[in-house]
Amino acid sequence: MTAPSDTAPERLPDLVSDVASEPEPAPIPVEVTVNGDPRALSVEARRSLADVLNRALGLPGTQVGCELGACGTCTVLVNGEPARACLMLAVQADGTEVETVESLARDGRLNALQKAFSEKYALQCGFCTPGFLMLATALLRKEPDASRERIRESVSANLCRCGGYSQIIDAIESVATAGADATAGDAIPGDAVPRDATPGAEPTTAAEPTPGTDARS
Amino acid sequence: MNAIGTSVPRLEDERLLLGRGRFHDGVIRPGQLWMRVVRSPVAHGRIRGVDTSAAERLPGVVSVITSADLVGMPRIPVRQPAPGMDFTPYLQAPLATGFVRYVGDPVAAVLADDPYVAEDAAELVALDIEELPVALDARSAADLELECFGGHRAEVGIIEFGYGEVDEVFAGAAHVVSTNLRVGRHSGTPLEPRGLVAEWDDRAERMTIWGATKVPYFNRRVAAQMIGLPEHRIHMLETDAGGSFGVRGEFYPEDLLVPYLCFRTRRPVKWSEDRAEHFVAANHARQQEHDIELAFDEDHRLLGLRNEAWLDNGGYIRTHGAVVAVLTASMMSGPYRLPACRSRVHIVTTNKTPIGTYRAPGRYQHNFVREHALDVAATQLGADPVELRRRNLLDATEFPHRRAIHIFGSPMVLDGKDHLEHFDKALASSEYQAWREQARAARESGRLVGTGCAFILEKAGLGYDSAIVDVDTTGAVRVAMGGANVGQGIETVMAQITAEEFDVPAESVKVVLSDTDILPDGSGTFASRTTVVGGTAVKQAAEAVVRKARRVAGVLLGADPEELRVEGGTLFAPGDPDKRLTLAEIARVCFTPAHLRNGEEPGLIGRSTYVADGMTYPYGAHFAQAEIDPGTGQVRLLRYAITYEIGRAVHPQLVRQQILGGAVQGIGGALFEEFRYSERGEPQSITLNDYRWPRASDIPEIRLDVFEDSPAPGNPLGVRGAGEGGTAGAGAAVANAVRDALQLTGDVGALPLHPERVKELLRRRDGGDADRPARDA
Repeated sequence: MTAPSDTAPERLPDLVSDVASEPEPAPIPVEVTVNGDPRALSVEARRSLADVLNRALGLPGTQVGCELGACGTCTVLVNGEPARACLMLAVQADGTEVETVESLARDGRLNALQKAFSEKYALQCGFCTPGFLMLATALLRKEPDASRERIRESVSANLCRCGGYSQIIDAIESVATAGADATAGDAIPGDAVPRDATPGAEPTTAAEPTPGTDARS
Repeated sequence: MNAIGTSVPRLEDERLLLGRGRFHDGVIRPGQLWMRVVRSPVAHGRIRGVDTSAAERLPGVVSVITSADLVGMPRIPVRQPAPGMDFTPYLQAPLATGFVRYVGDPVAAVLADDPYVAEDAAELVALDIEELPVALDARSAADLELECFGGHRAEVGIIEFGYGEVDEVFAGAAHVVSTNLRVGRHSGTPLEPRGLVAEWDDRAERMTIWGATKVPYFNRRVAAQMIGLPEHRIHMLETDAGGSFGVRGEFYPEDLLVPYLCFRTRRPVKWSEDRAEHFVAANHARQQEHDIELAFDEDHRLLGLRNEAWLDNGGYIRTHGAVVAVLTASMMSGPYRLPACRSRVHIVTTNKTPIGTYRAPGRYQHNFVREHALDVAATQLGADPVELRRRNLLDATEFPHRRAIHIFGSPMVLDGKDHLEHFDKALASSEYQAWREQARAARESGRLVGTGCAFILEKAGLGYDSAIVDVDTTGAVRVAMGGANVGQGIETVMAQITAEEFDVPAESVKVVLSDTDILPDGSGTFASRTTVVGGTAVKQAAEAVVRKARRVAGVLLGADPEELRVEGGTLFAPGDPDKRLTLAEIARVCFTPAHLRNGEEPGLIGRSTYVADGMTYPYGAHFAQAEIDPGTGQVRLLRYAITYEIGRAVHPQLVRQQILGGAVQGIGGALFEEFRYSERGEPQSITLNDYRWPRASDIPEIRLDVFEDSPAPGNPLGVRGAGEGGTAGAGAAVANAVRDALQLTGDVGALPLHPERVKELLRRRDGGDADRPARDA
């Protein structure tokens, strides 16, 4: 181990030229099934799955918003589970089945979820939309009757910058076989959960309207 | 004819839902190179040297440029000059020259044949920069004289608006309430980072640029002038864009570097900004500090408003010039009966990313500052905040309401119908009084729940725009106009406005946006003006087509042109079903020599340029109910409601999208989003984990009521502009709700109200009020 040195900065130019002369690493073979098609390719280890989908496999529908896994824009399904294609390296997808937004259409036409997004005005710029569609696809496969609150919880994984989220939730809810259970709301939303700090707090009588119905007129 | 006012399916949806949207990164040109910008790692410094040799040696690198390659090139000009203010010393060069002014200031640009290699090479560019002291607070930095600006002061200038004898009014007022408020630094941060592609055509000797939004015509002019190319050698083409919010599409350094490198290498160049880069390179917004004073008479009637503010402009003056300061200062007078007002904004440069216009520029600030001060005043006067507003809002007898102020050369004429009536309707539809009762009951049971309201004054629709509508010999209808698709549904709306005139389905109309070859001049998409101004130009161009079609068909059918009816793209004489011609048939006639000999233009084409006389002033109300977690200081919104006077909605669902989405952004700036800096000026918010947008779980169901009570008198569609009203009031309503939840007698101090700040407010409140009974017994 080298002790920290006051003269360290003088080493910088050498480090720089070392990096510049580094040989390129050899590409790695990857076999992956993408939207049902088996694909074999050879990629540098550092290439992200999103970049390889976009640039090597000719699937431009997957968008990248943050490159850090925060926004979920690049969500694809890997073996059926939502995954951030910006954080996953293409080599990690070796041997998996990947589904992208391009897999959703049926005979070139919008599927039920895509139609619902249009009918509920759940997209504006459309950049986040592929990610939300894939997230919702995974949710509805597992929980076809997901409740409105469950849908809200699920879509909180992804970010949208144009919309108010309620319309995305509306769209997914309209596809869920059992829609939202319109149970009476509390005077203050969230009161259903008991609060340790205020054990005596009682929900006041519902003065209506029920939160959850307002934005869908 | 019923296209206008109908929520037709969006024409943009299918391609976007199928993954076939074409964003800038989807523009792939053969042999394209990738640009990567090398940015300053220090906030203020003198450039001693830039060593590009290691980067140039990396295989795959084509070119590395620094300011030495751009000697003699002018700096990036402002788009909207401010009379009497000289921005020249403060303008930004495409690559930093002599000094760097913020972390992220472009110093060099690397061009390589692969995006990963371009990033590798950028890291090999060695910067030798002598660090200089940094200024990070506008108010205290104003008097600094800066070597990098040739000795000019950090304060660029002061924007002042006023009318009435404001100092006399304050001297004689029964009550004066004053407070100091700050708005944090946040911005639009669209989900798709910025990007451009430029390609040179050797045969045509011209360049195509994809990816400009907002103001493509201005950007073409600037690029042409800076590079030294005729404008006609640059062709701007639209792409889909992943949000703008005022930030995307201004002329930034990269908007010069990409076409310049394309011209220099004669090869296609792509630049795709990454997220961390976006947070330091694209325009920041908002940050201001205000000292505001309100004067009242004994009956709580507003007599005057005095306001002094400091705008933290960041490193340079960018293209918007003084727009944010102008809109802050001029509109501080607000929606109330206000006999006297003086409002000043100091524009001060600091060592942060430069600011620009972000959705509701100036209005987010003036509405927050004035509406929060009103709540503080209500407490100090012993008045009810709702009643204090009702007493002072302008009513129907006072409209149109002229203020002795000119904004961007036009008189400030509030052109609404009745602010008080709107507020009363809003109170009823939101059931705000019930929210207040609920909050009061919750507080009695020990919870920190509060409510806040705000009445907001907005503005929209300034400037001009142009449109061309043509019908060809197949009957196909096309409209070209000067706006940009940024997700707002512009194709749908322009198709609707066109379709209305021909009584054809909106989806049959082809919309072309800001294609500089088809439409020689246009203005752009900003300031909630696209439908108001561009939409009116489209309507008038389509009307011109119909006028010509009537004229031609009238001759052919032997009918009175004015008598002809237009249905389903066909003109016919009522009462004589055989006398009919389709638009296609009419168009064919418009190319015949007989037609042209009459001095007519070939084809069935209509053109229009619409110039707005002044801005429209939409208005509305925001209501919030919030609960604070006393342990963490986290604010949770329980309820939110908005009302907005839209004049007339071309597409009601798109108006809802605009307002709801805008509200989420406004709430983000009120609670979560902030560009924070270390004491050395290093950005602390460079990922979407640090710069926190609202998620679905942060936002309650928002109740929205859009009113069409007051069609705008200034334009034939009667539209008021809808893009920014959802954002403009969120800071005010949220701050007022938090203040109420904490039962503060003073103000909240600053936005955003993130947990740390709220906990500090709690500590101060409890520490400063020893007699207060313990709340959590």
